[in-house]
Amino acid sequence: MSARHPGSHVAAGSDDSNDDGEDLPTVRPYAVAGGRRAPSATELPLEALVQALSTPLTGMTRECRRILELTASGWLSVAELSAHVRLPVPVARVVIGDLQRQGAVRVHAPVLPPADRRSGTADRREWVPTSDRRLLESVLDGISTL
Amino acid sequence: MASAPSETALEAAPTTVKIVIAGGFAVGKTTFIGSLSDIEPLSTEAAMTEHSVGLDDAGGRDRKTTTTVAMDFGRIALPGNLWLYLFGTPGQDRFLFMWDDLVRGAIGAVVLVDTERLEQCFAAVDYFEQRGIPFVVAVNCFDGIARHELDDVREALAVPAHVPVLYTDARARPATKQTLVTLVQMAVQQLAA
Repeated sequence: MSARHPGSHVAAGSDDSNDDGEDLPTVRPYAVAGGRRAPSATELPLEALVQALSTPLTGMTRECRRILELTASGWLSVAELSAHVRLPVPVARVVIGDLQRQGAVRVHAPVLPPADRRSGTADRREWVPTSDRRLLESVLDGISTL
Repeated sequence: MASAPSETALEAAPTTVKIVIAGGFAVGKTTFIGSLSDIEPLSTEAAMTEHSVGLDDAGGRDRKTTTTVAMDFGRIALPGNLWLYLFGTPGQDRFLFMWDDLVRGAIGAVVLVDTERLEQCFAAVDYFEQRGIPFVVAVNCFDGIARHELDDVREALAVPAHVPVLYTDARARPATKQTLVTLVQMAVQQLAA
């Protein structure tokens, strides 16, 4: 298993990955992304959490400043940031990846099953069951108390 | 780097889990999410697709159209510093390519069904069944009225015997909660199997 550990530089090695071949092949992050590659959905999943480590700096884009403001007092997911800052998810991934490289935010990403990319086989078993039984049971107990 | 936020803000990150809410257009996915979510359901553009549509009649240039795909979602805080995200799938079959992102690492999926438009959920049932993803079929009872027997729905969708088919009411928290309980129980069972 090549599962990564939570929060360990999820997007830091964004250039050494082959993942982008499969993720949303027609996506063109534009404008604020400035042509930079978006961290893949495996690196920065929708539910990955972001927290500010820095206050907004002069010269930062409006989007960066807003993300730092929103996450100054607690964690927010990539999906929530995308919605609040009104950036499409692939673009939000680029911006958050940049902030992470600058040390302005930290990211806590769930350990996701690695995508199986056996050269385009028809049977793409991308989904691997959540194998943490205790976690599932905690979720079950939690939902039951709602 | 500028000054850091106060140390107290750097609390341990919650553990995040997610469940996918699938189904056809306007079947009640966002209502379902809203019945349980701690936050007002949010909407984001989950992806952009661009299509070059060839020569533009007017200018003779390549014209590109960008389609944005909206996705609604919500969040539920559970005891033990757990955050459960509910992600609604974009409503049209042609966005199935996006679902891989949504389901990777998910506990499973709820396929929300409107029996008046049963065919709208075929693609979702196919998708989860082919990948062995735990899912339940939840028949949304509009106005509290069940218009079809669950056995008829099961037969029409040809879902395997181990897949629960149940009634729900997307507006009613007890019903949507029970739907999620049924799904997670199934995921636990599938793990044990």
